[in-house]
Amino acid sequence: MKHSAFFWFVLPSAVLMLLFIALPIVSVVTQSMYAAHEQVVVTVESCGPFGCTESTAVDQEATQALQDEEPLGRFVGSEIYTDRNHLAVGEIGTAWVNADGLPDFGRALMNLPFYNALAFTLAYTFIVTPLTIIAGFLIAIAVNSVAKALKGPTIFFSLLPMIVTPLVGALILFWMVDARGVLGTALQWLADDPSLSVKADTTLMWIMLMVYGVWSSAPFAFVVFYAGLQTVNQDTMEAAVIDGASRVERIRYVVIPHLMPLTTFVALIQLMDNFRVFEPIVSFQAQAHAFSLSYAIFNDLQGETRLLSSAAATSVLTIIGVAILLSPVLVRTYRDFSPRT
Amino acid sequence: MKMMRTALLGTAMAVLSGTSALAAGHGCDVTEGRINIVGNEFPAIQSVAAAALSCANGIDAESNLTADHQTINLPGMQGNPAEYTSAIVANSSIVALINEDVIRPLDDLVAMYGQDIPARQLITIDGKVMAVAFMANAQHLVYRKDVLEQIGMDVPTSYEEVLAAAEKIRAEGIMENPVGGAYAAGWNLAEEFVNMYLGAGGAFFEPGTANVSINNEQGILALETMKALTEYMNPDYLTHDSNATSAEWEAGNVALMNMWGSRTGVLMDDEGSEMAVYSNTVAGGPLTVGDSGVAASTLWWDGWTVAKNISDAEAAATFQALAHATSPALLNDETMSQAVWLMDGYEPAPVNEGVLATVAAGANPYPMLPFMGLLHSALGDNLADYLQGNESAEQALADVEAAYTTAAKEQGYLQ
Repeated sequence: MKHSAFFWFVLPSAVLMLLFIALPIVSVVTQSMYAAHEQVVVTVESCGPFGCTESTAVDQEATQALQDEEPLGRFVGSEIYTDRNHLAVGEIGTAWVNADGLPDFGRALMNLPFYNALAFTLAYTFIVTPLTIIAGFLIAIAVNSVAKALKGPTIFFSLLPMIVTPLVGALILFWMVDARGVLGTALQWLADDPSLSVKADTTLMWIMLMVYGVWSSAPFAFVVFYAGLQTVNQDTMEAAVIDGASRVERIRYVVIPHLMPLTTFVALIQLMDNFRVFEPIVSFQAQAHAFSLSYAIFNDLQGETRLLSSAAATSVLTIIGVAILLSPVLVRTYRDFSPRT
Repeated sequence: MKMMRTALLGTAMAVLSGTSALAAGHGCDVTEGRINIVGNEFPAIQSVAAAALSCANGIDAESNLTADHQTINLPGMQGNPAEYTSAIVANSSIVALINEDVIRPLDDLVAMYGQDIPARQLITIDGKVMAVAFMANAQHLVYRKDVLEQIGMDVPTSYEEVLAAAEKIRAEGIMENPVGGAYAAGWNLAEEFVNMYLGAGGAFFEPGTANVSINNEQGILALETMKALTEYMNPDYLTHDSNATSAEWEAGNVALMNMWGSRTGVLMDDEGSEMAVYSNTVAGGPLTVGDSGVAASTLWWDGWTVAKNISDAEAAATFQALAHATSPALLNDETMSQAVWLMDGYEPAPVNEGVLATVAAGANPYPMLPFMGLLHSALGDNLADYLQGNESAEQALADVEAAYTTAAKEQGYLQ
């Protein structure tokens, strides 16, 4: 392709990526390095239906003057990144000195919101991603061997979790595992413990969220693997049959090597998706038990006073996290596709 | 001539009475400007918004009533011109609008169009009218008369008595989890702590500063009482907001709970529950904790504001319409029991007695401080760990203080 043709070909997508991906990231990084102005607070008397009280209020005129001077706010550099609600550098130092052994240090670490969120996010990512790939692969193999007449309906039902809106799917499950729901009651009966409640127990809640994660994203892996299965070389398959390979051996030595590049692709997408786990926590109202990085961002923006800089800093840390997480896969893909010398 | 004069007088009288009839029937007529109201969604606010919109005569008038009003009212008023000409807020949510300077002082509008508004409805901050309140709200005890009769105990007036009654109800096998409460992690849980801590006699901040101080005896008493209550709650209590708690009540699973006055109407009507439940549901007074004598509840008002970034004509239209909508003209058989109205001519219904008792008990209003929202968020994020038994009360309170201090520094309230 000529250079000029290539330039015009990629220009629209390059401009869109610049506008809608690069610029917002620049803006978020900038925001994360600025904090609100020092508020000029004055003591005032406020009155209402229940009488008058001494209270404080922001002095609007003085604050406005400060704002006009520096519209972006006060530059604080990396202060927000290192504060207690993010990397908590100072708190970790203190905890390290005061900790009575490693377990005690671990407890202190998990008490800090960022590390607590990171722990759940990483656990979720590294448990759900492989399980999704395995589940998707098994479904694809199973559907592929179903009789032709049944294939259509089977594929449709296997895709259902992906068709249902994530929030709605999670809500349905949320009510089913309620102590009075179908699954909740079944669990109580199985465990022979009438006080068992998934929503009240942190471990069970984590398992629930992960089961939901696998359930909702397995169809994606299934679709990709199913498409890949259609391209398996039939000659190789027949040769394997003639050589006396069993079904398991054929899958192990023919199908899986053929699907390996697809596995890398699915892993890449799933790692990204799972690292920003958010909807299940909202629908399962699980914030008391599980806190993810994305939920932390949402939480900062949701309060009566929005913490914009704090949310921006968490966003930047999440982007860095995704980059670190994806780097091995990206390096591997780069190696696979670069010309061999 | 005399006949002529009589006829003229008659015509004049007819015209006069005609005009006054029109005024009584409609009462307001806004022909210039624009009205756009954003607010929460419950029956009382729906009535107010509908009454305000009915004043519009040939001008743009709309309302956006949604439970998510708090996430849209600020962005919707920051533009110039602002999308919303008025936000219906409560004493906690007005703070965010004042902090961002998006609502205008109403003094000149009150002088022009609002002389009839009683002083108790005017919310003034530093001598400037910033909002007009129209209803009061508070949390108070709601109890099942029949269950208390069954165990032979009086209506509890303190949380200690609630715990005793709960133990007896459970021991007699009437209900497994007789206590209810909106303890969902987040805003609801924080609100319960605010009630309990004020009831224990605590103060959130060092006077006149933004320095938080809750890691004290009162804080620990508040948390310990909350934990004791949760022993008698449905084990899923950390996911139960006001809606879920009301549903538990209507299902007949709960006999005692601290609930919003604005929701008792739903609990006492014949929809959604059996007769044995709704006919025995009674709104009691506020509860106390410990020996401070202060009610463990906070007083709330709902009121309306007028946006800053709109033209004077739009502000005048919005003010006139809402002033009319929150005047005694609003009160009729249907609206009377929807809320504890602050207007003249309001007659309390049994469902509203809890709120009135809370006001009479001298409960504290919810603090209207610029940094209270930050503390509320910090409370909502950090108290669940203690209730689940993962850490001590002191540690949970220290975490709240640390999280608040970090956020307050970022927002510029603390150095």
